[in-house]
Amino acid sequence: MSATLDAPRTALRPARKRGVNWEKWGWIYMRVSGVVLVVLIFGHLFMNLIVGDGVSAIDFAFVGGKWADPFWQWWDVVMLWLALIHGGNGMRTLVNDYARGPRIRAALKLSILAAVAILILLGTLVVFTFEPCPVGQPADLLPSFCTA
Amino acid sequence: MWSWVLHRITGVAIFFFLLVHILDTALVRVSPEAYNAVIGTYQTPIMGLGEVALVGAIVFHAFNGLRIILIDFWSKGTRYQKVMFYVVIALWVLTMLAFTPRHLINVFSH
Ligand code: HEM
Repeated sequence: MSATLDAPRTALRPARKRGVNWEKWGWIYMRVSGVVLVVLIFGHLFMNLIVGDGVSAIDFAFVGGKWADPFWQWWDVVMLWLALIHGGNGMRTLVNDYARGPRIRAALKLSILAAVAILILLGTLVVFTFEPCPVGQPADLLPSFCTA
Repeated sequence: MWSWVLHRITGVAIFFFLLVHILDTALVRVSPEAYNAVIGTYQTPIMGLGEVALVGAIVFHAFNGLRIILIDFWSKGTRYQKVMFYVVIALWVLTMLAFTPRHLINVFSH
């Protein structure tokens, strides 16, 4: 009738001894992406919230003006990939720490993976298929270079 | 310990905002009207205050993330972890002092 308790911090399953150490690469990724993200996110916030009239200047024409330039397209796409994978991997850590039961853990991790994969795909497509001067749209909503 | 709690909470909050933010930005692919309608809600006073909170969360997570990296890789990192936490707080206060008035003026004067 005696319940057995594992020693504190006993791993759910023993650490893998052979093959790629994915947890180590995840750990390294969190740090490398973090350093790059500081630059990308602070630059993003500076351009969109500080320069000029900040948030009140953002509209379709503002985005069109930025993404007409491949520099900002790549800036935003790199930020998209790095941040979603960093955040998704961070959320996986939280599931590992707090979620009990193999089914719930698997379901939560699958949801995180699906959200990250779908949004990376969607975001990348949006940035690279974006049309700053769509035909048949009112000119006052478009970037000024559309009528030039 | 509190730096870790705050790092977790801010990380999760930013993650959920990012999910929404990619979806709202994706509306540029639908039509200028659709995008402008949604981004207009970001320019209201209540959302303006929310943006201050969001930027505060990101700035803390960013500075404290750099502190974590220094603790891990700098040979004196663990010895100075507490000092570095106070540096993180100080830099956070300075950044928010620079950001908040300017942002609120943009939000409330348009
Ligand atoms: C601004 C630059 C950023 C830096 C320097 C940074 C740095 C870090 C570091 C060093 C960790 C700890 C990883 C570990 O302990 O193994 C971490 C965790 C995490 N980050 Fe970031 N990060 C940044 C941006 C972001 C963004 C944009 C998101 C959301 C999309 C995010 C979400 C998370 C989450 C959810 C965790 C897990 C928290 C935990 O395990 O306690 N971070 N970050």
